[in-house]
Amino acid sequence: MKKTKPVDTQPAAGAAPRVISKKDAAKRIDEVAVEVHTDIIRKSRKPEMRFPIRSLSNVKYDPKKGYFEMIGKEATRTLTYNTVKTFAQSVRLLATTKNDLLLKDDIAGKREVYYNAKSWGECRFDEQPESDSLLDDMEAMLGVNREQLGYIPEERGGEVTGPLMVIDRDPATHEEIRINCAKLGTGAWSIPSQVEHLKFETKAKFVLAVETSSLFQRLVHHRYYETAHCILISMSGVPTRACRRFIRRLADDQGLPVLAFTDGDPYGYGNIYRTLKVGSGQSAHINRFFCVPQVHYLGVTPQDIIDYDLEDATHPLEDVDIKRAQDALKNDPFIRHYPEWQKAIEQMLKMGVRIEQQAFAKHGLNYVLEKYLPDKLKKKTFLP
Amino acid sequence: MSRTVQKHVKKAGKKTAAGKKGREEKPKAAPAALVKPVAAVSGRRKGKDDEKRRSETAATKTAAAEAAAAEAAPAAEEPQNAAEVMAKKQREISVSEFFLKNRHLLGFDNARKALLTTVKEAVDNSLDACEEAGILPEVIVELIQVAENRFRVVITDNGPGIVKAQIPKVFAKLLYGSKFHRLRMSRGQQGIGISAAGMYGQLTTGVSTKITSKIGPKKKAHYYELQIDTRKNEPHIVKDNEVNWDQHHGTRVEIELEATYQRGRQSVDEYIQACAIANPHVTFRYRLWLLPKEEKPAPVAEGQVAAPETRNPKPETPNPEPDWIVFERGTKLLPFQPKEIKPHPHGIELGMLMQLLKNSRARNVRSFLHTEFSRVSDRAAVEICQRAGLEPTSRPSNVAFRESENLYKAIAETKLMNPPLDCISPIGEEQILAGLKKEVQASYYDAVTRAPSVYRGNPFQIELGIAYTTPGQPKGTERKASSAERGGEGQTAEEPIRLLRFANRVPLLYQQGACSISKAVVGVDWKNYGLSQPRGQLPMGPLTLFVHMASVWVPFTSESKEAIASYDEIIRELTLGLQELGRRLSVFLSRRRRDLEAQRKRDYIQLYLPHLALGLKQILSLNDKEEHKIITKLKTMLERTHLQT
Repeated sequence: MKKTKPVDTQPAAGAAPRVISKKDAAKRIDEVAVEVHTDIIRKSRKPEMRFPIRSLSNVKYDPKKGYFEMIGKEATRTLTYNTVKTFAQSVRLLATTKNDLLLKDDIAGKREVYYNAKSWGECRFDEQPESDSLLDDMEAMLGVNREQLGYIPEERGGEVTGPLMVIDRDPATHEEIRINCAKLGTGAWSIPSQVEHLKFETKAKFVLAVETSSLFQRLVHHRYYETAHCILISMSGVPTRACRRFIRRLADDQGLPVLAFTDGDPYGYGNIYRTLKVGSGQSAHINRFFCVPQVHYLGVTPQDIIDYDLEDATHPLEDVDIKRAQDALKNDPFIRHYPEWQKAIEQMLKMGVRIEQQAFAKHGLNYVLEKYLPDKLKKKTFLP
Repeated sequence: MSRTVQKHVKKAGKKTAAGKKGREEKPKAAPAALVKPVAAVSGRRKGKDDEKRRSETAATKTAAAEAAAAEAAPAAEEPQNAAEVMAKKQREISVSEFFLKNRHLLGFDNARKALLTTVKEAVDNSLDACEEAGILPEVIVELIQVAENRFRVVITDNGPGIVKAQIPKVFAKLLYGSKFHRLRMSRGQQGIGISAAGMYGQLTTGVSTKITSKIGPKKKAHYYELQIDTRKNEPHIVKDNEVNWDQHHGTRVEIELEATYQRGRQSVDEYIQACAIANPHVTFRYRLWLLPKEEKPAPVAEGQVAAPETRNPKPETPNPEPDWIVFERGTKLLPFQPKEIKPHPHGIELGMLMQLLKNSRARNVRSFLHTEFSRVSDRAAVEICQRAGLEPTSRPSNVAFRESENLYKAIAETKLMNPPLDCISPIGEEQILAGLKKEVQASYYDAVTRAPSVYRGNPFQIELGIAYTTPGQPKGTERKASSAERGGEGQTAEEPIRLLRFANRVPLLYQQGACSISKAVVGVDWKNYGLSQPRGQLPMGPLTLFVHMASVWVPFTSESKEAIASYDEIIRELTLGLQELGRRLSVFLSRRRRDLEAQRKRDYIQLYLPHLALGLKQILSLNDKEEHKIITKLKTMLERTHLQT
């Protein structure tokens, strides 16, 4: 949008996203609309909407801040023949957001947005990615993360087990609810989409975020969280915003170190770990909230393959892996900032193999929790 | 054969002219008498069905085969004089026999084409007669199916009529009428005439040709039923009556023949529509009265004379009487009557030159050249004589074969002025447009009449017209409810264009591929003008292309007169004309493309602006007036940027 001041002026790392009241969010939408309206009626010129470019090309990495920060490149969507449809859709989306979500205190999922717009006639979205993209645009333009606008993510935010007491509220009565994550039997606690209101109590020494849920279950099954005094979190791939925000709040709140344990491949390094730590290019405008700067990388590193005699438990890198690795070396500001990471990725490319978390089963099913993890935690050979 | 035959229906009004003509005809009949008279095929063929006719044809063929066998035999048998043997086989070919064997030359190849040819001959005669008499033609064409393969064709015109004495000869004597020395633009060049059609009918059905003709409001109409004596090539009058006819003047011809009708290309429908385009001054009334699938008796009494509008269908008629399809005239302007010219020396054949020499009344060659030809000045005549080594004073009839050949060469080598060009009566751009507009629904019309030009000493003129139907619009010939009956159908961009060819205002429906008009059209690169064109084919598109060649002498590729021969000069004129039209069409097409694109953009913008305005209205709680203002302002802004460049 035009000439709208950024919502937050550089909050300190770890600060909570400024909580904007629904009324304020609605007011921001009004501002955008007034701007557009003024352009049309008073200034007789084609209205524009401006929003930050959401890609890696528009972020820089500052280790002091600890997350991908936007460098201010803006995209301008001027109303033209080519943009008239998208422009109209944007305005209608703003109207729906204001009138149906904010003013009515309602929520909607991304897919619901897509279906809701089916009533817009020729203005409808043909595919969900179209509405998703406009939603992200709107979020960036308003400088308000979409959860605050009432949009809820579809996917769950990850699972937690361990010596942690989560203090939640009853959504209706606001009565306090205490959840003991160590007493969930064989299950785990699901991270809700909104985590800002949660409070924590824990005696754990660190947080271990695990990529795959099968490994997570092995660790839970053998009560590894008791052995290692840690909180286990299953990310199931790239962590969701809620998951990232939860880990961040937990770590900030309790002053805990965080360790990430993923597959040893370009996706595990460049997408899962990097997004957890510094955020993504796609949601650059909100990275400052959805990042965990204190996380460190435990493994599996390429060096681990050699150190733990796992050469014969690897898979050759596929073309897509190689491309992703080379792309990270070339374009990812985070990787480019850390020689250690460059070394690791180059080593992986040289070895030409990737490794999965489960590969430790080669030495016995519980080798990973009996030998590998204690060993790594002792040596503290983490990557930044 | 048919080249030299010219029915002079048009001359019928002038008694003296008709008499003179008759004299001129004499030499024409001569070729038929070349062969010894042996009556092989009987002249009387009344009431015979087509089966009989077929066996007859077969018999003729068998006779020919026997003759061939006999020719080969004598050498082996006995030393009889071969010439004598052959002499026994030599006999006169009757007109009917010649006709049946050569029906393809005359346009009666098959039952479908026979129907068209019959209509065509009658209509051509009617139009020539009306125009020469200065009457705005109104021609009524009625096709009545009387049996599965049998039609009664009735053509009625409002022409000058034909004097009683001429009627039998005009309609029931082949090779009657000539334009041997007459170089004048007319339709009549087509086919050998109405008597051929009458004979075809007589040979295939046995039914007489019925003629009614009236030459003035105060006279009674003559009614004739005629047969051709096919042996003597003479009219045989079956019935001769005076009847009442409520029309002031005109002629009605009724021929019953073996024929089939098929809709679509090369149909009578298409012919009449094409005629209506090229002759916008003519009103055609047309109807086709088909039997239902089961055969039923003819709905109308034979020979009944009545204005078509007042005709009463018989009560037992199984098929309801069809409505008349009326092709109303688009102009009251009669075509300008072309002048008759003398032949230009460069356009003449050696044989014809010899004939002219023989028949000339000029005293010497010098005056012969000067008077018999156009554009031969006295000086040029002397020059030709010198070149040919001839005394300018020698008598034309004494110029021997050898000398005439020299003369012929000398003529070709001598530079002469082009023939006069005012002898051609073009349709004219306005009239072409009028014809196209009234018959073809289109969004763009254009026409070009080229300046006259000359090929081989014959003046000619090329005219072209174009009608472009915007795809998606009502197309083709939809003009009236009855249009379904007409030839020509909706065209699309994926189909070849519709090419209408004309020679002296007569539509050419057959042998499109062999015609220089098609060659010229194919030879033009239509891609330059915005039409797609497969290699070596007609361009594609919803386009009707009208091409007319007017000439005192249209060079047809064959006697069937269906395609124009490819002379460089003709192709060149055609190409130049097509290119001129093409350039103007491309301007139209690119403007149309731009307009379409602009319209598409305009529609697209207008589709979404209301949504934009609605969104703003919902956010800012605007009223309807403000909402509308947003749409209006944005529309103006966007259209200014995107639609005006």
